[in-house]
Amino acid sequence: MASRATLDSPVKQIQIEGLVVLKMIKHYQEEGQGTEVVQGVLLGLVVEDRLEITNCFPFPQHTEDDADFDEVQYQMEMMRSLRHVNIDHLHVGWYQSTYYGSFVSRALLDSQFSYQHAIEESVVLIYDPIKTAQGSLSLKAYRLTPKLMEICKEKDFSAEGLKKAMIGFEHMFEEVPIVIKNSHLINVLMWELEEKSTVADKHELLNLSSSNHLEKSLQLLMDRVDDMSQDIVKYNTYSRNLSKQQQQKHQYTQRRQQENAQRQTRGEPPLPEEDISKMFKPPQPPPRMDTLLIAGQINNYCQNVKEFTSQNLGKLFLAEALQGHNS
Amino acid sequence: RSSPFLKMAVHGPVVKIHPVVLASIADSYERRNEGASRVIGTLLGTVDKHSVEVTNCFSVPHNESEDEVAVDMEFAKNMYELHKKVSPTEVIIGWYATGFDITEHSVLIHEYYSREAVNPIHLTVDTALQSNKMNIRAYISAQMGVPGKTVGVMFTPLTVKYIYYDTERIGVGLLQRTRDAPNRAKGLTSDLCQVGGAATRVQDMLTTVLAYIEEVLSGKVQADNSVGRFLTDLVSKVPKISAEDFESMLNSNINDLLMVTYLANLTQAQIALNEKLVIL
Repeated sequence: MASRATLDSPVKQIQIEGLVVLKMIKHYQEEGQGTEVVQGVLLGLVVEDRLEITNCFPFPQHTEDDADFDEVQYQMEMMRSLRHVNIDHLHVGWYQSTYYGSFVSRALLDSQFSYQHAIEESVVLIYDPIKTAQGSLSLKAYRLTPKLMEICKEKDFSAEGLKKAMIGFEHMFEEVPIVIKNSHLINVLMWELEEKSTVADKHELLNLSSSNHLEKSLQLLMDRVDDMSQDIVKYNTYSRNLSKQQQQKHQYTQRRQQENAQRQTRGEPPLPEEDISKMFKPPQPPPRMDTLLIAGQINNYCQNVKEFTSQNLGKLFLAEALQGHNS
Repeated sequence: RSSPFLKMAVHGPVVKIHPVVLASIADSYERRNEGASRVIGTLLGTVDKHSVEVTNCFSVPHNESEDEVAVDMEFAKNMYELHKKVSPTEVIIGWYATGFDITEHSVLIHEYYSREAVNPIHLTVDTALQSNKMNIRAYISAQMGVPGKTVGVMFTPLTVKYIYYDTERIGVGLLQRTRDAPNRAKGLTSDLCQVGGAATRVQDMLTTVLAYIEEVLSGKVQADNSVGRFLTDLVSKVPKISAEDFESMLNSNINDLLMVTYLANLTQAQIALNEKLVIL
């Protein structure tokens, strides 16, 4: 669903500091529950063609409970305070946690569009905590392709608009490669921690059990495919209605012409031409944007599932080698 | 290797620190104002019966000179309010300062924090690396002296432990690997490479263990019973399954995974096809 960043994109690489990674992990760990997403803002600066992310702060959830909570005010205050302690206060994007890879939604699209419109180099970081818990940090950075930006700007989500721009679900987002870089001081800290902390490596990455994760992913995939098929059915009915209507219009005009011809032979005045379009109201074309989003989401799920299965196949072969040793 | 401080008897709660706090402190130190020799800030976390868990922190601007110290308390209060909106369970549990010593100014700042929290702890992180190490120490204040006459405050050290969430540990593991990479930068690897990496790590560990065993066998190193017990544990962990049973288990698992891969590919082809027919 994501193509590599094109040559003319302003951001070719993202450089994240370890601190940001740890903060995102902590935010989800403490405040995220189940399928709820946690979000936050990324701060940093742009250096040549790299986007450096140096800090972040979380956004509180449950804003529905607090009626007098103002998101914008919170953000402004936070950024002002951070400026006092010399933390970069330039907004460069936002992050969001995801549940099994489901993040392609209208909300994300809108948010990312407004960010990218205001700041050209902004990205959205998708952090997958469940995948991370399985052994390795899962962090991806996405931007909207220029084509999709065009469409969002025009707010033209109809079928003709999308056809004009030739957007497929694979060209909606582009993924930007991420690099983690730490300052020397943080590196010293890492050495200290390694010395002092006695936490044993649990090697979750080599865990063989896979059915639970696979089940959930497939369940989500099936739900999406159901949505998709419903959408397709809607589209089919629409096109059938449209063609039926065309036929009716055609028949009507033909009958009219015949009658007129007959009347002429009889010498009567011809019937007035009626406005055909008013008589046959064209059916409402279904929105195409949702289909595109669903397709993108399905694609993402499939990618994740394939990654997961390839990893597991590797692990199974490892186990086989171990057994072969013993038996 | 361990400094004499750690051997002192400690009375008081155990301080458990998350790595995100230390990384934050190091980062604030790097961004300090010109001329400031140290940074201070508030520690947030939760208090237990016997332990204090530090989960978050933020730096507070302050000015320090020979004879006076000024802390922006308004700022501290504001930041705490903002943080509370995100994590309502975190409370102020103390404060931190970078640097090695505890100065008289620290006593004053500690007094201020005593008003905000019950029995605050004080954390020092030696970012200037005075003793070639980054010493991380925690203290709690205790009254001393003759009551009624001259009283003073003494900072007694506390045990410091590091605790991680599972995902945090993985994050820290990744960060530790960036140390060795040239240019201190490392990209995130993808699926199969990760399994390969983990397998290599296990292999390295096995090589170390094997080397040790060789040395014991050849008499170079004294055999240690506890290590021997660990070794037997290790070897018996690989389950003994008959060849046919294992074969069938392996095959059924592989079949499941292959089927899922096939279905995923099929779905992707389908949606691509659908798109071609409908939209483009």
